[in-house]
Amino acid sequence: MSAGHVAPKRMYYLVFAALIVGTILTYAAARVDMGPLNNIVMLAIASAKATLVILFFMHVRWSTRLTWVVAMSGFFWLLILFGIGMSDYLTRGWVQGTLR
Amino acid sequence: METLNYLNNGHGLASWLLTRDHKRIALLYLASITGFFFLGGLFAFMIRLELLTPAGDVMSSDTYNKMFTMHGVVMVFFFLIPSIPAVLGNFLIPIMIGAKDLAFPRINLLSWYIYVLGGIFTLVAALSGGVDTGWTFYTPYSTAAANSHVITAALGIFITGFSSILTGLNFIVTVHRMRAPGLTWFRLPLFVWSMYATSLVMILGTPVIAITVLLVAAERVLHMGIFDPALGGDPILFQHLFWFYSHPAVYIMILPAMGVISEIVQAFSRKNIFGYSFVAFSSLAIAIIGFLVWGHHLFVSGQSVYAGMIFSILSYLVAIPSAIKVFNWTATIYKGSVSLDSPMLYAFGFLGLFTIGGLTGLFLAAMGLDIHVHDTYFVVAHFHYIMVGGAIMGYLGGLHYWWPKISGRLYSEPWAKFAALMVFVGFNLTFFPQFVAGYLGMPRRYHAYPDEFQVLNVASTLGASILSVGYVLPMVYFTWSLFKGAPSPSDPWGAQGLEWEIPSPPPTENFHVTPIVTHGTHQYAPSKEVGIV
Amino acid sequence: MSEGHWSEHYPGPTHQPPVHVDRVHAGGPDVAQHPKLQHHFDDMGQQAEASTLGMWVFLVTEIMFFGGLFMCYLVYRTASPEGFAEASHHLNVFWGAANTIVLIVSSLTMALAVRAAQTSAPPKTQVFWIAATMILGAAFLGVKAIEYWDKFTHHLVPGPNFVWEGKHPAAAEMFYSLYFCMTGLHALHMVIGLVIMTVVGIMAWRRQFDENYYTPVEVSGLYWHFVDIVWIFLFPLLYLIGGHVGA
Repeated sequence: MSAGHVAPKRMYYLVFAALIVGTILTYAAARVDMGPLNNIVMLAIASAKATLVILFFMHVRWSTRLTWVVAMSGFFWLLILFGIGMSDYLTRGWVQGTLR
Repeated sequence: METLNYLNNGHGLASWLLTRDHKRIALLYLASITGFFFLGGLFAFMIRLELLTPAGDVMSSDTYNKMFTMHGVVMVFFFLIPSIPAVLGNFLIPIMIGAKDLAFPRINLLSWYIYVLGGIFTLVAALSGGVDTGWTFYTPYSTAAANSHVITAALGIFITGFSSILTGLNFIVTVHRMRAPGLTWFRLPLFVWSMYATSLVMILGTPVIAITVLLVAAERVLHMGIFDPALGGDPILFQHLFWFYSHPAVYIMILPAMGVISEIVQAFSRKNIFGYSFVAFSSLAIAIIGFLVWGHHLFVSGQSVYAGMIFSILSYLVAIPSAIKVFNWTATIYKGSVSLDSPMLYAFGFLGLFTIGGLTGLFLAAMGLDIHVHDTYFVVAHFHYIMVGGAIMGYLGGLHYWWPKISGRLYSEPWAKFAALMVFVGFNLTFFPQFVAGYLGMPRRYHAYPDEFQVLNVASTLGASILSVGYVLPMVYFTWSLFKGAPSPSDPWGAQGLEWEIPSPPPTENFHVTPIVTHGTHQYAPSKEVGIV
Repeated sequence: MSEGHWSEHYPGPTHQPPVHVDRVHAGGPDVAQHPKLQHHFDDMGQQAEASTLGMWVFLVTEIMFFGGLFMCYLVYRTASPEGFAEASHHLNVFWGAANTIVLIVSSLTMALAVRAAQTSAPPKTQVFWIAATMILGAAFLGVKAIEYWDKFTHHLVPGPNFVWEGKHPAAAEMFYSLYFCMTGLHALHMVIGLVIMTVVGIMAWRRQFDENYYTPVEVSGLYWHFVDIVWIFLFPLLYLIGGHVGA
């Protein structure tokens, strides 16, 4: 009952269609060599699909702000793990004369 | 005829083992946690016994490795992390917010069973020969070279992690959704704030160590080379993943104790906390910043120097909210009407020892100094000052403060004061010499050492003997109080808070009618001398 | 209970109108005697909100759980991008894409199952959508079984039997370690999801869900969608790397 709000079936079908289109786009983009842009495009499309699922299928669009904050915090925390963790790997060898 | 309360509402083993009452579940945890505490203490005893003499003559080095590993695993995962949350948090949070129970009582009970199952796995690992990797399970030793009980122990930790997660989940939902009418966030007791912050850490951190220990097990069994350099893996990646949880884990251990101290300091100074919102927000700040500093455990591991610098500065940053708490507690006590009952003695002990422990953490956060004291007894002393001098004193102080509420009985105050003194003296004698020994170069996790460190080690072992008496005494007089202690009134300390307004022990449903809160739960009279409110 | 005078200990007036009540009720009916109302909640609205929030908090732990594996992937792919690309080519993009579509359809059917319960649709409609979701989930697992079997027969399972003929054998073995760990963990979550859906399906069949109470469906829906989202990321990261993707 977090929504209380009942979405029309049409909305679910539209989101579904968007997700299918996204999948096709992802596959098409993978066939084109865009260099480093490939990764960015791939992740952008995946993130967009995930956002659609979260907002509409998981009803966050009509949920309390608390639910939204909780959902976002999970992904944000992952970025902390990735970001600060990679700060080690990407800066190895920056100090002259050391292996690290 | 005894009034109906949660203790006598239902008799028999089934009524306890199948209970959904958060207060009974808290007592189930109290029993099992105490058992694990003494098991961990037994391993500590073996360590200190070996270290009485410089030669490694009591046990082999392999056995010694198992002793310090099991001491660490049991104390960290089965005592310190659950202690205050699962015992005091479970008991008090619903009462402090005016609710009848936590949001998910059955999940609460499940969390205890999961804890026990994880504990059984770890006991099996201990009894079948033990683990010798250190509680930190560094690879590739843990995945490639160590004996096979690593998997059992790793699974035990994995399982118990779920207990932690479910407890944190329960607390978060409860505090958000079950506060009594009128109980806004800024009217909450500070203990609730610190438990909420702790729960955030449990939720965000524990899953990472869960996947990490699973990967260690996978590597051992399936020879997938994630962390083993011989198989193309990166051992530093293990350390990153391990410490991403295990550093915030130390905040899981200390934040609840800080919450207890906030409560005790107010009650026994008869004064509202100085700077309530600063103390409340500092709990959140510690929880959040605590997630950003894990690399200070990797300074000498091969991590990049630049990342080391980032982690170093962040580690200095995380000390600030802790310091704010210490200043605010001190300002609360200043010009308060202080009574030196046993809970307050533990709080005073905490203030001094946590400060020392915290400041020595800053020594370690400086990369230049860490190179010299890493893997020495300096580190051991630092974390014991926080975990024992801080967290355990907070736990004991809280147990004493809320014992009359939990049991409905008053314990012997003279004995409690004596025990607190023993703990304080014993603790300092045990761990201060370790700062010196470490600074002078004595390495940790060695069962033999150069002769010049013997005096310090003998002092440390002597201190540990005194400390252990201090820990056994509460078991004795608390148990005694259950049978012979005077019955406790609702509010034996003259303290404030919703928990002191219900009977001791409370009825099963805590409140017959939901209270409506019209002001902050702590409203001690303002201090007239300096107009401090 | 004779302790009725607990209220005498309570400081301050208890009969003033309550100050701002922070608890949000999103329109849940105050059916105080609903058979599913647990004693520690005030009303069904509060209970439903607590359950949904609880599942979201649990999903955050799942994000961090999978996240550890994604971190490993990030580290090793950054270390050997070509090795990973080369290894990825052996994965069958067709099956991966098919599975992606299957899961997206299953998310649709799951969302419609929640909606059916939410609108008090007849139990057989609810069961229909739940069953459809389960069939699609099982299909997903079937495809994964085919893929795993293929890896096994081509000596692509890391360990002593791993054989790689390309230019980056070490990176390839690391890639497949991560492939099995990540898709394996995901598949395990699918299996758990199927168990949960079985239980929910039985409850729906027993007419337990209507607009006043459909929390178990909603909450399992959240779990199911989460498992779908994990795959949405796994598919491109495992199957579609290395720029130009051959057929």
